[in-house]
Amino acid sequence: MFRNILKSKKLLFIIVPIFVFAGFACSSDSADSDKDALTFGMILVGPRDDRGWSQAHFEGGQYIEEKLGATMITIDKVNPADSPNVTVPQIVDDMIDQGAQLIFATSDDMKDGILEAAANHPDVPMIWSSGDSAWTEGKDYRSDLKNLGNVMGQMEYGKMIAGCAAALQSDTGKISFLGPLINDETRRLVNSAYLGAKHCWTEIAGKDASSLSFEVVWIGFWFQIPGVTLDPTQVVNEFFDSGSDVVISGIDTPEAIVRAEQIAAGGETVWAVPYDYENACDLGESVCLGVPFFNWGPSYLEIAKSVNDDDFEATWTWAAPNWDDLEDTDDGAIGFKKGAGLTDDNAKHLDKFISSLEDNDINLWTGPLNYQDGSVFLKDGEEASDLQIWYTSTLLEGIDGASSAD
Amino acid sequence: MNSIRKIFTSNMSVMSTLCAVAISLLLAILLLWFSGAPPIETGKLLLEGSLGNATRLSDTSMVWVPLALASASLIITFAAGLWNIGVEGQIIVGAIFASFVAREFDAPPPLLWGAMIMAGGFGGMFWGGLTGLLRIKGKVNEIFGGLGLTFVATGLVIYLVIGPWKRAGIASTSGTAPFDTKAWFPTIMELRISPLAIFLALAGLWLVYYLLKQSKFGLQLRATGINATAASRLGVRTERNLMLAFLLGGILAGIAGTVQVGAIHHKLVPSISGGYGYLAILVVLLGNYKSFRSGLISFFFAMIAVGSIQWQLRLDLHSSLGGVTQGILVLVTLIVVAIFSQIKRNKRIKDAS
Repeated sequence: MFRNILKSKKLLFIIVPIFVFAGFACSSDSADSDKDALTFGMILVGPRDDRGWSQAHFEGGQYIEEKLGATMITIDKVNPADSPNVTVPQIVDDMIDQGAQLIFATSDDMKDGILEAAANHPDVPMIWSSGDSAWTEGKDYRSDLKNLGNVMGQMEYGKMIAGCAAALQSDTGKISFLGPLINDETRRLVNSAYLGAKHCWTEIAGKDASSLSFEVVWIGFWFQIPGVTLDPTQVVNEFFDSGSDVVISGIDTPEAIVRAEQIAAGGETVWAVPYDYENACDLGESVCLGVPFFNWGPSYLEIAKSVNDDDFEATWTWAAPNWDDLEDTDDGAIGFKKGAGLTDDNAKHLDKFISSLEDNDINLWTGPLNYQDGSVFLKDGEEASDLQIWYTSTLLEGIDGASSAD
Repeated sequence: MNSIRKIFTSNMSVMSTLCAVAISLLLAILLLWFSGAPPIETGKLLLEGSLGNATRLSDTSMVWVPLALASASLIITFAAGLWNIGVEGQIIVGAIFASFVAREFDAPPPLLWGAMIMAGGFGGMFWGGLTGLLRIKGKVNEIFGGLGLTFVATGLVIYLVIGPWKRAGIASTSGTAPFDTKAWFPTIMELRISPLAIFLALAGLWLVYYLLKQSKFGLQLRATGINATAASRLGVRTERNLMLAFLLGGILAGIAGTVQVGAIHHKLVPSISGGYGYLAILVVLLGNYKSFRSGLISFFFAMIAVGSIQWQLRLDLHSSLGGVTQGILVLVTLIVVAIFSQIKRNKRIKDAS
């Protein structure tokens, strides 16, 4: 009996789904966006809720939606490990098909893909965040891509403040930096954190520079890829096991603050400075010294407005913080939120340091500074140019860790 | 595992496979519905996203190519009774060898493509041959040998990407610099589809079909797979056949790796295999170890991989739902097929009595 039922029904099992899907596939495309409102695509390298780099971008996109009534199309986890079958040009094609008039490719890892996509769609404005393809003086300037701009916040200041907070709070003078991969961006940010730490260790805490240790370990990518990169939690364990009492994070995800909180709960005195996302301290309030964070919303809003007004220009923008209020999310490309772990005295010292940066009383990128191998980077009194800072070829003298893969 | 295989090989008809896939597809869509996805819209987007226009069809085809080649590789070793799990590693080594040619040699593009394919095939064959040697001479089960060699291949590709083949001044596992465009497999009509890659996949599937169905070698290989001792007593050189199966499977997997670097990524990345070696095991299982069926099922899986992007773009669903759907499909299909097989068996017993 069952066989008969099977005989009579089995064609239905095949035919019905085919007709249902074919019928809908042949129906007209559902244009779901309001023609007057801007639609933009946001391509994220990690999860949209990673409490780090990708969430900061995602919320930057939400800021445009809120301020401009625009519609965001989001795709996250676009990286070769999570999405091996998906490429950036493929996603850009899909987003444009869906009505996107502006595309944000929000990772250094998307460089090759967004350059290709921008060439494929010369009439669609695109932004490669953190890149340098639109910098006329930059090493990788692409004069042919008139539709691809770049935005990056001046996180060097955020890292200097992070380094200062770490040095002020550290008892051991052993500061560790959890690095992602090695490139121009990460070298200059590690260097900035070191300069901030060294300044506050010597000039504010009044200690000898030789008693400060600053180590960086690179995991190999912006976040952990099991089996490919080092495990950041394990690296943080090793930092604390080797005597460090502060870890500054430079990766996209918040393992450093999470692990520090767990270790502190076991009775040890350790601290962490997370990165990227303004609320990252929520993951370990008691051990958090503060967080330098990206505030993409205002910069992205300006770009979206320019596309709306039809006057988009593919420029390279290295956007400054809002020194008047580093926690203001309506202004400034980067900010810094002090953490509950910072003592009141150290918080006051940190405020003074921030004021000095704001007033240009100090410029930490001033010589004498040597490269890691001892050769001269900046002569005594010489101030680094934007090009020198952006493309610093190695880590600075005083930092332990690799400057490249050699 | 053997019992599952027995169920498939002995009882599974084309119709029951199709029924099983259709039922599991409906169930998968129902499960997606429970996770917040409107079922009709989900199915529609899957079709539109994978076949809706020439660009999407070409993208789906390019996901199909390495999966079909990996499936072809597995079919030939399965025929010899081997669980060649190491196909993932063979894809990686094929990609490494092809990348070496793309990076180090300068030649007119057709010559370069030919050299890349040969090098990739050789790399896969070399890695498959190592698994074969471990199996035949060292008595190391091919599952363990293959997995071990896949770990070694993964370590090797990471070393190359972050070491000797790194971009100038950069140490990142995000990949090497793109190859010179001469080494990019040619595409047509401003699409990403590469006729050369499609040809390689079709040729691979046909070759496996021909060898297993039309050649004396295929007969001997299947005899070896069913009962190696009996085949040996009948004069079949079983060890030679097993080794040939590993080598041929390796060539096909290596060519899959070549397509990954030459036609899709245009550079070497640590995850260059794309998980196709593991996914192909499920494809071949569902395809009943048949070339043509596995080719079709590979295409269906490619449709899910490419089409499911739309679920996130249009419905804002979670990015992992495509993979979840593939898993549900395999699991439910296995269950449905097992039920069909049991029904058939019961019917036979009833008729006999």
